[in-house]
Amino acid sequence: MAYLPHTQEEEKAMLEIVGVSSTEELFRDIPSEFRLDRPLRLPEGLSEKAAWEKMQDWAGKNKHAGEYLCFRGAGAYEHYQPRAVNHLLSRGDFYTAYTPYQPEISQGTLQAIFEYQTCICELTGMDVANASHYDGATALTEAALMALDATRRNKIAVSSLVHPEYRETMGTYLRGRGAEIITLPYENGLTVGMESGLEQYITDDLAAVIIQSPNFLGSIEDLKMFADAIHGKEGLLVACVDPLSLGILESPGQLGADIVVGDGQSLGLPLSFGGPYLGFMASKEKYVRRLPGRIVGKTVDKTGREGYVLTLQAREQHIRRERAGSNICSNQALCALAATIYLALLGPEGLAEVGRQCLQKSHYTQQRLAVLPGVSVPFTAPFFKEFVVKTTEDTTSINQRLWEAGILGGLELSRFYPELENHLLLCVTEMRSREEIELLVRVWGGDR
Amino acid sequence: MNYPEELSYTREHEWIRVEGKKGIIGITDYAQDSLGDVVFVELPEVGRKLKIGEVFGVVESVKAVSDIYSPCSGVVRAVNEKLLDHPEILNQDPYGEGWLIEVEMEELDSELLSSIEYADFAAGEE
Repeated sequence: MAYLPHTQEEEKAMLEIVGVSSTEELFRDIPSEFRLDRPLRLPEGLSEKAAWEKMQDWAGKNKHAGEYLCFRGAGAYEHYQPRAVNHLLSRGDFYTAYTPYQPEISQGTLQAIFEYQTCICELTGMDVANASHYDGATALTEAALMALDATRRNKIAVSSLVHPEYRETMGTYLRGRGAEIITLPYENGLTVGMESGLEQYITDDLAAVIIQSPNFLGSIEDLKMFADAIHGKEGLLVACVDPLSLGILESPGQLGADIVVGDGQSLGLPLSFGGPYLGFMASKEKYVRRLPGRIVGKTVDKTGREGYVLTLQAREQHIRRERAGSNICSNQALCALAATIYLALLGPEGLAEVGRQCLQKSHYTQQRLAVLPGVSVPFTAPFFKEFVVKTTEDTTSINQRLWEAGILGGLELSRFYPELENHLLLCVTEMRSREEIELLVRVWGGDR
Repeated sequence: MNYPEELSYTREHEWIRVEGKKGIIGITDYAQDSLGDVVFVELPEVGRKLKIGEVFGVVESVKAVSDIYSPCSGVVRAVNEKLLDHPEILNQDPYGEGWLIEVEMEELDSELLSSIEYADFAAGEE
């Protein structure tokens, strides 16, 4: 069978049916001044070798985290990925980003997704997890949609310390639906609490409160307080979390969250200039039929042998069409597998150890920076691996000095929070050694 | 197929039994048969106000999910909670034990079908 889209004979037959004599005639409605009357100005074609060299040359202009000492996070984190992860991942048996279209024949793929879902449930303290989403922003958006449907309400309260880009994604999807979004202010690095006026925002028309913890400024939020407040109005708590923090922090499920989402990139996925990453999503059993996307279930066949299936598919868009819980979901099976292998290799103890190192090293770095002249610590909230410092020196010039010494400095927060002029958000993971931290402090202080 | 004469029917395959101000609503024999084995039923909360034609619930079978539309306006007074744990009752007894909700009616949809009309309509759907 030839995979030609259409032959000249077929084109002729189609044109005859439409009633025109040539392809050119199909475009006659476009005024001539809008038509291009010359070939596109493209360079001559290159040989494969020459093209490869040119692309290598372009790629070489990129700077990546591996070439710099990375002290930046803000949603994408440099953690160590054990070599075994990539080795297992690149096996042909697994190498696809998708769940197959004839899923049950691929038992290995389904089992991997099932194990992934189990890991996510254990980490988050939830009952059910789906097979993943594109990224954290999409997962957060899906959680908001789910909460609107589950409560039949039309308003969402989101903390101003949820990742600004996640909030932007959510705003885009919720706009078409006509849902209202209110933003909770922050103080001292945390979303407003009960003692500072949270109550006035928590009304009985709210579908959900969305809190990120650790939040965008790195601080650990009191999820239980938000859960209690919103549950009093019969709304849901959506928690957006860093899964890597859950080796040492209480699970959001224990703290009262109804839906837990986040980006799984921190589970040993490479930074890769921003993707592909991994959105995860889990909820209480009560909401399983509103959970978007694919869910793998474990069952037994008629002879009692264990097997895996895609389950609860009647919720999904290929069956339920426009009434499906979601029409924007896809999954990231390969990234989910990477996260699963990472978690399996580390185990609960390993994950806790990575968490402890992030905690210790970031706190050490903060203390070391705070003694530099002109550097202060603006917030006293507890944090995990990211923290904010305020400087009297222009942050751009600090970052420039660091960059020249091979260090990727903190994020200038004024980009997202204009009121945080001269504030830098720094991230210190288990990757940084004491020597590297000392180098940061020396260069920052102007001492090479 | 069985379509009791004392009930009124919608083109979306719901039935309603009117008893004074009270309306009991379910899905028809044709609906349960077309859906196949029902595995999940989602019902509204008691006290919810319904409009005529509003979606108030969902019936999910192994092969499809269907919305349920209200044949009247009014306030939900009771829901058949037995269906939450035993959705198969919907297949076994759609006009009796398999009822969905009870509504305190305000207004009945003026375009409901009689048993005979619905039987014709359902036959045409096949």
